[in-house]
Amino acid sequence: MPAYELRINGLPRHAKASDPDQPLLYALRSLGLTATKFGCGLGQCGACTVLVDGQAQRSCLTTVADCEGKSITTLEGLGSIVTPHPIQAAFIAEQVPQCGYCTSGMIMTAAGLLARNAKPSEADIRAELEGNLCRCGSHIRVVRAVLRASGQGG
Amino acid sequence: MGALTTRKDTVSRRAALRTGALIVSFGLAGWPASGWPQEGATPLKSGPAPRPVDPHQVDGFLAVNADGSVTIFSGKVDLGTGLRAAIPQMAAEELGIDVAKIKLIEGDTATTPDQGPTSGSTGIMRGGIQIRQAAATARRVLIERAAQRLNAAPDSLETADGHVRPKSGGDGIKFADLIDNGRFNLTVDPKAPLKDPNTYTIVGKSLPRPDVPAKVTGSHVYVHDFSVPDMLHGRVVRPPAIGAKLVSVDEDSIKDLTGVRVVHIGDFLGVVADDEWTAVRAARALKATWSEWNGLPDQKELIAALRAGPLARDEELASRGEAGTAPADAKTIKATYFWPIQTHGSIGPSCAIADVKPNQATIWTASQSTHRYRHAFAKFLDLPLQAVRLIYLDGAGCYGMNGHEDAAADAALLSKATGRPVRVQWMRQDEHGWDPKGPPQLLDLVATIDADGRILDWLTQMWIPEATKGLPSIPLLGPQAAGLDQAHGIATGLISQNAEPPYDADRSRVIAHWLTDTPLRPAHIRAPGKIANCFAIESFIDELAAAAEQDPLAFRLRGLSDRRGIEVLKRAAAMLNWQPRLSPGPNIRSPISRGRGVAFVHYKNQETLVAIGMEVAVEHASGTVSVERVVCAHDCGLMINPDAVRAQVEGNILQTLSRALMEEVKFDHSHVTSVDWSTYPILTFSDVPKVEIDLIDRPTEPPLGVGEAASAPVAAALANAIFDATGVRLRRAPFTKERVKAAIG
Repeated sequence: MPAYELRINGLPRHAKASDPDQPLLYALRSLGLTATKFGCGLGQCGACTVLVDGQAQRSCLTTVADCEGKSITTLEGLGSIVTPHPIQAAFIAEQVPQCGYCTSGMIMTAAGLLARNAKPSEADIRAELEGNLCRCGSHIRVVRAVLRASGQGG
Repeated sequence: MGALTTRKDTVSRRAALRTGALIVSFGLAGWPASGWPQEGATPLKSGPAPRPVDPHQVDGFLAVNADGSVTIFSGKVDLGTGLRAAIPQMAAEELGIDVAKIKLIEGDTATTPDQGPTSGSTGIMRGGIQIRQAAATARRVLIERAAQRLNAAPDSLETADGHVRPKSGGDGIKFADLIDNGRFNLTVDPKAPLKDPNTYTIVGKSLPRPDVPAKVTGSHVYVHDFSVPDMLHGRVVRPPAIGAKLVSVDEDSIKDLTGVRVVHIGDFLGVVADDEWTAVRAARALKATWSEWNGLPDQKELIAALRAGPLARDEELASRGEAGTAPADAKTIKATYFWPIQTHGSIGPSCAIADVKPNQATIWTASQSTHRYRHAFAKFLDLPLQAVRLIYLDGAGCYGMNGHEDAAADAALLSKATGRPVRVQWMRQDEHGWDPKGPPQLLDLVATIDADGRILDWLTQMWIPEATKGLPSIPLLGPQAAGLDQAHGIATGLISQNAEPPYDADRSRVIAHWLTDTPLRPAHIRAPGKIANCFAIESFIDELAAAAEQDPLAFRLRGLSDRRGIEVLKRAAAMLNWQPRLSPGPNIRSPISRGRGVAFVHYKNQETLVAIGMEVAVEHASGTVSVERVVCAHDCGLMINPDAVRAQVEGNILQTLSRALMEEVKFDHSHVTSVDWSTYPILTFSDVPKVEIDLIDRPTEPPLGVGEAASAPVAAALANAIFDATGVRLRRAPFTKERVKAAIG
């Protein structure tokens, strides 16, 4: 089975895939990086969002072959419970998730935004997250957490 | 069982991926560290050892461990709802132990008592209460035993920090030292005294929910992330039409994909592969021929179809008071309301893992009803009940019954056919196309009011499907397609509740015209039926207020005698700075007109009380409704964890705004056509209004459910606000801009 050399969360990883068009999502999950979730496979919900070379991308629409040589960051790569990334810490402080299935994609989208814009307005945050769906209704807390993570509010 | 064919490809064994992480407490600056012990523990591959699960026994619910911790066994599960915090809080409070010393096991049929499904907002008010009573029984016995040992009077002792100790101070005895082998051998005493709520130190606190850190760092193990050794990945190929029969399968169509097996059993068709993507590709590429089927009604004629029946029967559900003689100046108002078919819309399509062996089966599932579905799985797998174990793992939020149980049945059929553990995750079109739906609801309302606006007579008539009496569980797709033994019938949740006004009326009646069926397989969806009923009743109350030329809030308050109901209405109105006036308001001709609305529910007529107020702006040219502000006053009695309550109320409001503004399942004669998020759009960040919530805490009242109640008045408050803004009454959800524009004219 062909393998693709990816850089994931700062480490070189070897992703086997019988199909070059296999979405990155499945490669990540089969490497045990299951924070990244399958939501629609259509790029409509944002649950599978990761950073590819610092940009938020839908891993369900990004092929593993296209990621060769690129640097990928997943939710696991941001931080851990012991040493959470500021966005993760803010999501904990604001008690954001309910079911939490969309949370990984929300945080990765926010991470992409904050990398470009350290002090986004609430309108900026909402616009950036427009393509990330949440069914539980955690939106209010998501926005509050991203503001907190950028040093605004909290 | 029907014919089973498999390809001869040998399926290579692979090391199962492992997920999860072992965790620890968390602590962040400015946020209380809670040190919950249970979070992050990797779900055991086989689950904990089976244990007594008798809900009448203290040992069914709790175990005192030698290390000083206490394990709580809960048949109710956390669905993102905060039970994982609240139930340990209730148990810790009643026992007298630090909440950090409580471990929680949920929804495992081999280790937790059957406390009924986690539905109907009963997690705390039934499930938590049972566990609290078990803890109170345990505490009394712990104190009695310590009293004997210490030669002290029981009422001179108290429990604290996992010890029984003298109230006056001094050494105590550890719980574990008072219990032989960790077992109480004690029946839960419904009269065991409870702690005085005025002494609570744990209940009533907004402790952080224990699963949040793992959820935001990726170590939380959802059912989607769970795996077992030798596990295959499966996908099911559903027919293009709901009732179609499988005519033939062309296995050559996927011969280029290595390691794929095709399983078909009757009309059940699935594939398994070593890796997930190959299974996805195989399911997409597999060619099959299906029979024609076009048994769904014309969606455009759905309302007429509901009225036409066939009806199982008519039933008078409620009748109170006597109709007097209407005065000459009485007015009679009539209106018809309709609520469409809606889907649960889980963000993650349903998923499950099944390991079915010849003599036993283990199913990991996000089912809200593991105990109930255990019977169904035993039946269609043809195994004795004792040989079947369902273990709950978190799924994506389901708010009722989405496809979790169906996916678990799919996995079980594929596992049984292949002899290997199988994980099945549905694709997006499976979830939108095949999850059980909230059924359509049609309501005719007629009321007579006198010149002063008093309700003389009220009649609600509802056309809704009748749930099959005694149905043990909802029939599942896989066994149905495979022609396997399972119960037949439909279930809807309690969709006829809250169908009469909570206000004074000389006479009030509710009649259900029970339909024998409904177009798409129904199931309970958040606040079953109550959203539609409250939409109709509370919109119609505004219609009566308008007819009586009265302020809608004053109209309600005059007819309401429930003290707690009056309080939530007044508090919500105060948040809106409500000034009495007639509705519609003064600016209905503006290109963008603004309005306000209010609605009230006493959930199930006996539970949580909620008033919702709303401010909207309506753009007449486009019909776009912008919800600018939502206020909510909420009384659920004793709050175990106020922040968890708040999160539920936020979720109820936003999810129901989505349902009211944009959601309607579309179908043609053969299948659901709204099978993704573009054809079934839901609320996004740009639609989210400002939300203000006033939680009323009543520590001496029983705790009531919070998972549903606040959703009930949302649509009516919205419709009333749109009327106030435009003078246009919307009686059919969703309030899409096309519909609003057409209504404004």
